[in-house]
Amino acid sequence: MKSLEELRVIREKAKKHVCRYRVHVCGGTGCTSSGSLRIIEKLEQEIKANGLEDDVEIVKTGCFGLCALGPIMIVHPEGSFYSMVKEEDIPEIVSEHLKNGNVVKHLLYEETTKTEHILPLEETNFYKKQHRVALRNCGEISPEHIDEYIGVGGYEALGKVLTEMTPEQVIQVITDSGLRGRGGAGFPTGLKWKFAAANQADQKYVCCNADEGDPGAFMDRSVLEGDPHAVLEAMTIAGYAIGATQGYIYVRAEYPIAVQRLEIAINQSRELGLLGDDIFGTGFKFDIGLRLGAGAFVCGEETALMTSIEGNRGEPRPRPPFPALKGLFQKPTILNNVETYANIPQIILKGPEWFASMGTEKSKGTKVFALGGKINNTGLVEIPMGTTLREIVEEIGGGVPNGKKFKAAQTGGPSGGCIPAEHLDVPIDYDNLLAIGSMMGSGGLIVMDEDNCMVDIAKFFLEFTVDESCGKCTPCRIGTRRMLEILEKITKGQASMEDLDKLEELCYHLKSNSLCALGQTAPNPVISTLRYFRDEYIAHIVDKKCPAGVCKDLLQYKIDADKCKGCTLCSRVCPAGAIVGSVKEPHMINSEKCLKCGACIEKCRFGAIYKE
Amino acid sequence: MPEKKQTVPFSGTKEQEEALLEVIAGLKGEPGALMPILQKAQDIYGYLPMEVQKMISDETGIPLEKIYGVVTFYSQFSLNPKGKYRISVCLGTACYVKGSGDIYNALMEKLGIVGGECTPDGKFSLDACRCVGACGLAPVMMVNDEVYGRLTVDDIDDILAKYE
Repeated sequence: MKSLEELRVIREKAKKHVCRYRVHVCGGTGCTSSGSLRIIEKLEQEIKANGLEDDVEIVKTGCFGLCALGPIMIVHPEGSFYSMVKEEDIPEIVSEHLKNGNVVKHLLYEETTKTEHILPLEETNFYKKQHRVALRNCGEISPEHIDEYIGVGGYEALGKVLTEMTPEQVIQVITDSGLRGRGGAGFPTGLKWKFAAANQADQKYVCCNADEGDPGAFMDRSVLEGDPHAVLEAMTIAGYAIGATQGYIYVRAEYPIAVQRLEIAINQSRELGLLGDDIFGTGFKFDIGLRLGAGAFVCGEETALMTSIEGNRGEPRPRPPFPALKGLFQKPTILNNVETYANIPQIILKGPEWFASMGTEKSKGTKVFALGGKINNTGLVEIPMGTTLREIVEEIGGGVPNGKKFKAAQTGGPSGGCIPAEHLDVPIDYDNLLAIGSMMGSGGLIVMDEDNCMVDIAKFFLEFTVDESCGKCTPCRIGTRRMLEILEKITKGQASMEDLDKLEELCYHLKSNSLCALGQTAPNPVISTLRYFRDEYIAHIVDKKCPAGVCKDLLQYKIDADKCKGCTLCSRVCPAGAIVGSVKEPHMINSEKCLKCGACIEKCRFGAIYKE
Repeated sequence: MPEKKQTVPFSGTKEQEEALLEVIAGLKGEPGALMPILQKAQDIYGYLPMEVQKMISDETGIPLEKIYGVVTFYSQFSLNPKGKYRISVCLGTACYVKGSGDIYNALMEKLGIVGGECTPDGKFSLDACRCVGACGLAPVMMVNDEVYGRLTVDDIDDILAKYE
């Protein structure tokens, strides 16, 4: 492609939808593992059987976000949202809706069918407060067809940048937009690009951090699976802005679908000349290579990632020098997160003021969150900065299931902290979250209820950090392990108050002395749970009790003699022979032998066994 | 910790070697090529024994110690092959108290390998795992996705015989 005109020809062609119906089926990892590919096959069969090939186009798209209700299928033009679709539903959908034009109401997302008129998706609780910017194309286009991306305005931004703007102007636009890094630290993107642009070198690099190692986070995965071209376009724009001709996307190997979609996208871009030499006939050249991770969380750290691309153990490096000066292969490099890149084309096309009009004073734009844990509507949401946690949990998320009480929300994964109920009304932005002891993080948001033990959660995160520590610096290598040992003692009821002092001291040391953010933030879950749930720690240490009923060593399993019918089911299933009693007589659990495995509670039909 | 008894003898074929050499030739010029080379080598061989690491070292000129350092750093790279049937013995508390430790030891004896290894014929690999949540069936072991419960040491022979 040698000119913007050619781009526009492709766009116009792609916008003409020949078919009466377009059926979007989610092909993200979540829905795929629930069988969405078989649904597509069944759809193809039924459509053929009904002679509807000319009327219906099936498009495998990216993630719609409402993962709790997958597999998901949306029929356009009506926008009918079919949820939890099963193979056996397909014949009815095809014959009733696609052939006869009657929406199959009983298979639609329940919330849309509560009234006479089918509620448009944008008005449901899950979607009405969302504003999809980074996710705008996910679920709308086929990620494996570059024409569809071009059809919705893709590569216009790159064309504008290369033909109408100077590198300095591009950096100014990004700076004015207020975009901050979406990987977790929130560093101003424009400033990062400006530093790299200012350094002279014979080669510079643009890198994309697609390692997404936080457990519970899948925002980047969805963008890569649903709209990979947005990332490619943005990286090319960044290359122009800082003076680089080569980019690398470092994607974790645990995302095979994302890797596949990226490979297809890169090849299609190269075929159309949107990557390679002389893009849009302007003489600018840029190419992108894919590098796979190999299962190391630490490689999500900036310098560790670059060290890994260089073919080494993924160990971080001391800074200064910062990557903008000496990064990949010791050349000036920028590294941005997938979601950060996903915002760039829109900012170029719609202008920085548009982006800055969303969000709060210091945190502009939107943020994608992966909602998980004890919440009804698990999935992916994109909301303007400044939305409160209460809105996310109670409205968008549909509340905590089973009538349980909200206890805390964890953001930032193993580097983050928990937000308790008292802060539910804090508007979410980078600085507010830091002020209350948490952090934005990459976007994983795990909701916990009254049945979760906060000490156990802190221990869980430390187990992860200990495993993933690269071992290079002493504070992290040894400090995290010592912290974990103390947490294990606490959860077993073997700790003293001196241990708690030691734990806090270790937190301080790791924060100030670790080489990289993995070690520096490893204490965060401990610090934030100590801040808001100190009473739970004290209960474990002093009273040897776990208030939430989680830490096994502190629990006693007991049988309520009034409810026990003496059916002997529990004593028969007990692996330790800890339950005694005669038939028809109330049974008793010997706490010395009891392993607290819970098999008896599962078997009891009278609810006579409880933990305290 | 028990001494490593034996590893699966390396049985790389000529085709695999040619495939590996092709991969290396294609990637040699790339900066930082070691990671993609190791990833593709593991695709070809299923794991990265010292023999394969040595081949890579000879072809690329990268010291063997460095390659070994990279292989042992990343959890995806495996020095041991996984067998056709992956045996996972639960050593969680409930199972342990019911004798899964004895089952684990018996398996090691019968198969002639220690935990983490694979039998010489590539059939069985053995690992310990934490609780699989089937404590009512303790002691428990899994072979691929099949769960076997209420095990005794005597059951092992029959179970192993089921797998071709």
